[in-house]
Amino acid sequence: MKEFKGRVVVPGEVTATALVSHDGFNTLASYQTSFLTGDKKATCSDQNNPDLYKKPMAGAALCLPQTIGSTTGGMILYTASDYGRQPACMLFSKPIDSIGAAGVLLSDIWTDAKMPTVDCLGDDFLEYVKTGMKITVREGGTVEVE
Amino acid sequence: MRLTEEQQKIYDGDMGETYAKIMQTLVRYGELFGADEMIPVTGQYGHLVTSFGLKVISPVYKLMDEIINAGVISKQKFTMDPRPLDPNVPSGPIKDLVFKKFMYSMQDEYEEQLKKLGLLSEDGFSCACYFDEQKNKPNKGDVLSWAESSAVVYANSVLGARCNRNSGIIELFGSILGIVPKFGLLTDEGRKASWRVELKTTKLPSAQVLGSAIGMKVMEDVPYVFGLSEYLGCELNDDVCAYLKNFGAATASNGAVGLYHIDKLTPEAVESGEALIRDDAKTYVIDDAEIQRVIDSYPVIWKNPDARPKMCFIGCPHLTRSELCGWINSIYDTLRKRGRSKTAIPTVLTSAPGVLKEIAGSDEEKKAKEIGLTISYICPLMYCDNPLVHSMPVITNSNKLRTYTSCRYYEDDKILSMICGGN
Repeated sequence: MKEFKGRVVVPGEVTATALVSHDGFNTLASYQTSFLTGDKKATCSDQNNPDLYKKPMAGAALCLPQTIGSTTGGMILYTASDYGRQPACMLFSKPIDSIGAAGVLLSDIWTDAKMPTVDCLGDDFLEYVKTGMKITVREGGTVEVE
Repeated sequence: MRLTEEQQKIYDGDMGETYAKIMQTLVRYGELFGADEMIPVTGQYGHLVTSFGLKVISPVYKLMDEIINAGVISKQKFTMDPRPLDPNVPSGPIKDLVFKKFMYSMQDEYEEQLKKLGLLSEDGFSCACYFDEQKNKPNKGDVLSWAESSAVVYANSVLGARCNRNSGIIELFGSILGIVPKFGLLTDEGRKASWRVELKTTKLPSAQVLGSAIGMKVMEDVPYVFGLSEYLGCELNDDVCAYLKNFGAATASNGAVGLYHIDKLTPEAVESGEALIRDDAKTYVIDDAEIQRVIDSYPVIWKNPDARPKMCFIGCPHLTRSELCGWINSIYDTLRKRGRSKTAIPTVLTSAPGVLKEIAGSDEEKKAKEIGLTISYICPLMYCDNPLVHSMPVITNSNKLRTYTSCRYYEDDKILSMICGGN
């Protein structure tokens, strides 16, 4: 097991299976098809992201550098959370970007969804963590990977 | 975050739970980026990115209802991104059914919500709200609460206004309260460039490709571009502003640029010059080979890469009046030279509602009708960004449209030739 320490963006504790994106996470491209089809697993539809494409995002510990793409991204993440199809947690290796920040805060303040979010976990975190690993987020921004 | 007494009262719920949640969202948002105060929005109008009544984003309509039912009123009126539907745009019975009855079935209800909250006008739907015809053009130094990446980067860079790259809903909250957290591009420090871009091409590159190259290299950083004013000159006239509009949209969509400076041309570069560049700025040199490398890197995601195009979109972001008339005249003249009476590919030119009103009855509008061009206020991105159109070979000269959809990018000369029956 390895431990990483970041900054708490949205507090909370959770254990989930890692889903790792080494490229920026395009929120709109990732969610758009699952919204249209009503797919409750929120299968990723971003063809430009080979790490995530066709993998279910709902309930996963989403590990990413930052979000990218349309400025509708925050609204999209809020919508996913309201539907209960959000990741179990979002773990950013870099400082969170403004669109990602909007999404996790809108989810936290305006929905009942729980999606603990930690940023600034460092490049080491994204190099170490692999899809399928078990992740536990502790209060205070500690992330355990095993 | 230091709040004024009035702001603190809102935060604490003195104006009700909904106002409190709006303030709490903005405060937490600002704190993540080191903001220590809220500053007033000084631009006259806001601009919102979520202009589409997509059925599947019903939580957004629920949130809007919560805000309206709580009696919340926006401190400033706002314009919107383009509408997703226009009956003038070539479609078909299946697409019509899917678009109107399923995908965008909430459009009318959503627009009613927007009117209640502060929509500026029925014609206030364009990504280029800053066109004179759209009446939402901020002044230099104005603080804005806008989203829509192409509008934000234009307002910051060409007009010298100040706005962060906000997400949908966050920009509405700033307009409602009339304040935004002070960080990033709202600060002098945040507007300094961390990239020196040196343009060393043998001719003026396409705005769409140059913007794409810079966006992909610098991502969310601020670039300061040398060499471009050698081609564009030092005056922000109509043609130059149109170039910078397209350039900025590509920097913002292929990367995440919210502000660029062009040496000797854009307002802050003219005022402060190289003092805007950070000491530790990195350098990116762009020559002809680099431009070609970027063009060659664009993937073609059509099922059949050799398919004959079935549609063409020009105008993402919306075309200026002179761009629109220029395209109509170019297509008309080229068709005549080739002995053709109509375009070879159904072609849609998109522009702002205000521009379309201005050219109504003009020679250009008559020419467009004669050769079968469609002129529309639609958002090409929303038209193309769905499974029905993903499988259709659509071409465009927009790098933003290429980035977000399956549309294939061609430069202007090639597009013109294809529209007019060339290979």
